[in-house]
Amino acid sequence: MTQPVISVNELTVEFVTRRGTLRALDKVSFDVARGEVLGVVGESGAGKSVTGSAIIGLIDPPGRIAGGQVLLSGERVDNLPPDAMRKIRGKRIGMIFQDPLTSLNPLYRVGEQLIETIQTHTDLNAADARKRAIALLDEVGIPAPERRIDGYPHEFSGGMRQRVVIALALCAEPEFIIADEPTTALDVSVQAQIIALIKRLCQERGTSVMLVTHDMGVIAETADRVAVMYAGRVAEIGPVRDVVKQPLHPYAVGLMGAIPSIEGDAERLVQIPGSMPRLSNIPKGCAFNPRCSKAFDRCFVERPELIDVGGRQVACHLYDQSKAPNGQNPTDKAEIAA
Amino acid sequence: MTQDVSSAPYVQVRDLKRVFDVSKPWLNRVIESAPKQYLKAVDGVSFDIRKGETFALVGESGSGKSTVARMVVGLLPPSGGTVSIDGVSMTDPAAAQERQRLRRRIQMIFQDPYASLNPRWRVGRIIAEPIRAFDLIQGDREIEGRVGELLSLVGLHPDDGKKFPHEFSGGQRQRIAIARALASNAEFIVCDEPTSALDVSVQAQILNLMRDLQQKFGLTYLFISHNLAVVRHMATRIGVMYLGRLVEVSEGKQLFTAPRHPYTKMLLDAVPDLAMVGKPREGVKGEIPNPISPPSGCTFHPRCPLVFDRCRVENPPAIDGVACHAVNRGREAA
Repeated sequence: MTQPVISVNELTVEFVTRRGTLRALDKVSFDVARGEVLGVVGESGAGKSVTGSAIIGLIDPPGRIAGGQVLLSGERVDNLPPDAMRKIRGKRIGMIFQDPLTSLNPLYRVGEQLIETIQTHTDLNAADARKRAIALLDEVGIPAPERRIDGYPHEFSGGMRQRVVIALALCAEPEFIIADEPTTALDVSVQAQIIALIKRLCQERGTSVMLVTHDMGVIAETADRVAVMYAGRVAEIGPVRDVVKQPLHPYAVGLMGAIPSIEGDAERLVQIPGSMPRLSNIPKGCAFNPRCSKAFDRCFVERPELIDVGGRQVACHLYDQSKAPNGQNPTDKAEIAA
Repeated sequence: MTQDVSSAPYVQVRDLKRVFDVSKPWLNRVIESAPKQYLKAVDGVSFDIRKGETFALVGESGSGKSTVARMVVGLLPPSGGTVSIDGVSMTDPAAAQERQRLRRRIQMIFQDPYASLNPRWRVGRIIAEPIRAFDLIQGDREIEGRVGELLSLVGLHPDDGKKFPHEFSGGQRQRIAIARALASNAEFIVCDEPTSALDVSVQAQILNLMRDLQQKFGLTYLFISHNLAVVRHMATRIGVMYLGRLVEVSEGKQLFTAPRHPYTKMLLDAVPDLAMVGKPREGVKGEIPNPISPPSGCTFHPRCPLVFDRCRVENPPAIDGVACHAVNRGREAA
């Protein structure tokens, strides 16, 4: 098996506050293979964005990585000094943020920002860097790039700005791109264009992408594999088709049922009672136990680890064959999903 | 023309228009000799809402759906056209007194539950405000009882009335906003993107709650959203807006099974959906043009796959719920 581009092992991120230490990520582990799009979904506060920030080394104090490792092509990057990390950031790991207006400097022309980034990471001279910037703008689908390169960010529409941000992320041809809610600020028709663009670039360049979003529809169309996060932990991770069509973890089941579909005919949406716990008040055992209809005594005591269930991993005691509760057949997935 | 009152629609919107003046300041206009600039946010929108149904308006940002909602409830005076609710005109100055009595029956739920509740008021006072404003119940104890009842109705605890809004999550705040809307025994509720600030699992709770309340009290909703899946789940009938115009009005499910206007088709193709795992889709072209200088004729013509000469010149009239020359021509030929 080939080496994954990014490998996250038991990553734990903590924020030290006056009211105690909050654990935003709790032993999160996953790999992203070359050319793969890993979707990361979950509700606000699940730790999706913190995962992205931790990989790229952008956790600001009082937050800190309290444990675990991040490996970029087999090389450890979570403990690098800031200078060394800065060389990797942008060059080997690119980042696309949610709001394309705030991630571009409004005082500089789009071309200047692109050329600066290209020259930081490569040895190209000004003229060649400009040529490359135009080629990049062309690649991300901006019409008349030789003219638009001299425009300011405010002269671009939301969708076009996000294309510029994608071009910026591609400047140094990184191996891995973290896209944090890249389409949330955009309208549906533009969103579809940006998704198609990200997909095409992945296929053509073999870049791996971690796509962070709360929109399951976007994940369903873009990602190869998906990780469902809940309260700073990975609840389920597996091929997108399996997780979307037949989720196993009770939280994933509820999440998929809660989404209104334009094809489905459900009269009522599945309702998960309650809401995500606060980080300061995560229940003992499985973090989902107060909202889970299948919870049994073990869930309140012992935290479930990720276990392999038919090609994917689920963190749920229901699927642990060895210690299943009495009177419940854990292999009967249909019953659990019902 | 006389009309049978019983069969008349509950809400009637006719040729509604709203123009915003977006000119530069006077001095700049004089120095740069620039003309005044106007933005037609809503341009000739007409629709009916029947009693007890959910009428949804969908469209991308800038299509004018929120402006329509604000004009329907009377938060924004229209530049032209009429709105009448239960036979009372919302726009005619002569009907001011009648309108005052109508106010109690119309309420609005806003998009952002963090901005729509006064952070310095306790929840009980927020919910009691419409009751006191319309003088519906006398006596503090009775009002408190009614507030507790309303809180239980939306799935909160009666004791929650003593708390402040910041003690609640986004979904709970939206429940408070719904309780406030119901406080005056409203019949018609305008919901402007009520769930777009919420997480999906919380969104499901709020949408289910809104449906339950509709069945219980026979509420009529005007539901504004950009999320087609949510609209499909909620609406009896749907109007699709594009650049201030209503391009298609259709029965709920029919819009999704048999969309007629090319813009509706494009919009439906663009929605990412769980059912679309691994399927290729058709590309979407272009973006919404600048509403200050919209294209001539049919405003959708630069992006339309069915465009022909007439579209560039003439604004298509709404015939049988669709405003499109190509669709109408197809119908004539058939």
